[in-house]
Amino acid sequence: MVKNKKAIIILIAIMAILPIFIKSKVVLNAIVLLLIFATLGEAWNIITGFAGQTSFGHAAYFGIGAYTSAVLYFHYEISPLIGMVLGAIIAAIIGVVTSYPTFRLKGHYFAIATLAIAEVIKQLFISWRYVEGATGISIPILPRSATFMERIIYLQFNEKVPWVYISLFLFAVVVFICDYLENSKMGYYLKAIRESHEAAESIGINTTNYKLYAMIVSSAISALAGSIYAQYILYIDPFMMFSLEVSMKIVLLTVLGGIGNIFGPIIGAAIFIPLSEFTRMKLGGSGTGIDLMIYGALIVLISVFQPKGIIGIVESIRNRSTKKKGGEGEVEALTRN
Amino acid sequence: MGQIIVNGILMGFIYSLVAIGLTLTWGTMGIPNFAHGDFLMLSMYLAFWAFELIGIDPLLMLPICILAIFILGVLTYKGIISRVIDGASLTALLATFGLGMFLKNLAQFLWTPNYRYINDALVSGKIIKLGNIVLGVPQIVAAVGSILLVVVIVYFMENTRTGKAIQATALNRNTALLMGINTSKIFAITFGITGACVGAAGALMSSFFPIYPTLGSLFSTLSLVIVALGGLGSIKGALYGGLIIGLTEAIGGYFLGTQFKYLLVFLIYLIVIQVRPKGLFGW
Repeated sequence: MVKNKKAIIILIAIMAILPIFIKSKVVLNAIVLLLIFATLGEAWNIITGFAGQTSFGHAAYFGIGAYTSAVLYFHYEISPLIGMVLGAIIAAIIGVVTSYPTFRLKGHYFAIATLAIAEVIKQLFISWRYVEGATGISIPILPRSATFMERIIYLQFNEKVPWVYISLFLFAVVVFICDYLENSKMGYYLKAIRESHEAAESIGINTTNYKLYAMIVSSAISALAGSIYAQYILYIDPFMMFSLEVSMKIVLLTVLGGIGNIFGPIIGAAIFIPLSEFTRMKLGGSGTGIDLMIYGALIVLISVFQPKGIIGIVESIRNRSTKKKGGEGEVEALTRN
Repeated sequence: MGQIIVNGILMGFIYSLVAIGLTLTWGTMGIPNFAHGDFLMLSMYLAFWAFELIGIDPLLMLPICILAIFILGVLTYKGIISRVIDGASLTALLATFGLGMFLKNLAQFLWTPNYRYINDALVSGKIIKLGNIVLGVPQIVAAVGSILLVVVIVYFMENTRTGKAIQATALNRNTALLMGINTSKIFAITFGITGACVGAAGALMSSFFPIYPTLGSLFSTLSLVIVALGGLGSIKGALYGGLIIGLTEAIGGYFLGTQFKYLLVFLIYLIVIQVRPKGLFGW
């Protein structure tokens, strides 16, 4: 576990140094989005990777976080820093209220229920006047003369670099939480639930409670990422925040990065976000959809040729090296073939 | 009110046909096909272009659409699904999601995002009056066609060797394999039948439904919900689920406004699942 911590610190340090060398706005933009989606992936990983409850509706919490901070700022000029915290609390409450009745569903039925919940919330936001309905909210921009303090309080920056550090800070905190969680009692309980619901219950784990705890952490983190995203983009509407595409993007980068592994989301995000930004920049804009076409084809190719995620490659290399030494690795390698 | 119920039922039968296609693959292979709606979209475009360019009526295109999407389904299985089916189920699902994304944007790239309509097909624009209920002929034809196809599929599943083999594979893949069923072939056929269902639905719908590249997303989501509502793998469930959703959409849209109709559709699922955690007819 100490090894994990070291790797995380090195990873974060590298990310922190990057903005010093990179001046390109395009690359910095990709890094910010990458970190936000990696954070979302970590959040999703808690409920699906650890606890084994597949969620196709994480866009709901992402959107609620974004909307809470944006609406409070838009209507009452309340600092997004406060809005973020409130958003996380609201998302956690909604997570609990909607998950409690759905947690007794198994497998696909649960997954489709989360999808349905996200759709219900999306439809509500589309016709909700107070949050500007389908038009969406444009977050009021601070005047150019705003001081640095004001910029921090209202979380608005003209440059990309502060955003890299804000999203990196959130990501770092979340990764450490996930690492702690994975090796805590709760993490083992969640994994037990994932492996066998019945067995977990039979040894005295209160499965519903632990799944709920996982959901609270997961939805609160997603909401924080949502608030940051809203402040970064400065415009949100129900279609971009709550869509199935967002939920699936989170699933996609975590699964193809490596599900149930704390490095999975960042690896997946590091591959998919720059990829989608690159295809969008080079080919998008014409409105022909060719960028998303290529993106879709790449998703198919990666899932066909690397079904265990990118982490799978690393693991197979590690297995190969242990195989030479013989012993346990050999047995595993044999059974795998 | 009678009018609304009739409209809901007519649309419901089409939903049933689309959902039955999905429930077969989902039940047999355990993979929800997120590209399902996009197959429907392709079939509708096929009917549209046949009508625009050669002037073949969508109804005459029905067999060709069925065959074309059947082949597409088999190819999807051979090319993509067969390679991911033994891996994690989420990977297979993502592969279908990526495929859907590809097809959606391919359609947008080739044929622009514009809404297209087939206006002067054999049946379009005609209406039948029954008392004070007005029925569109295209909708009736589509609903009747759906019912016939559902009957054919049920007959096929219950009375042919292949149908029985599909059921056996759905129950237990390994045991089916031990009994000498070529499960890989069965999966390919199932995927083909799935395609045939949406192929038919696409041809039937094209004479009254707008045709546009992203229509697949809506139908994918709706059919996923219908199948889960009825119970995975249950044809009966998909049939009733489709009708329930069709009625909910029509009645809810009338009383609460059309912007709330999908909200109600998803709410119905969440409510039903509380009473029947494995869907109406799931096991």
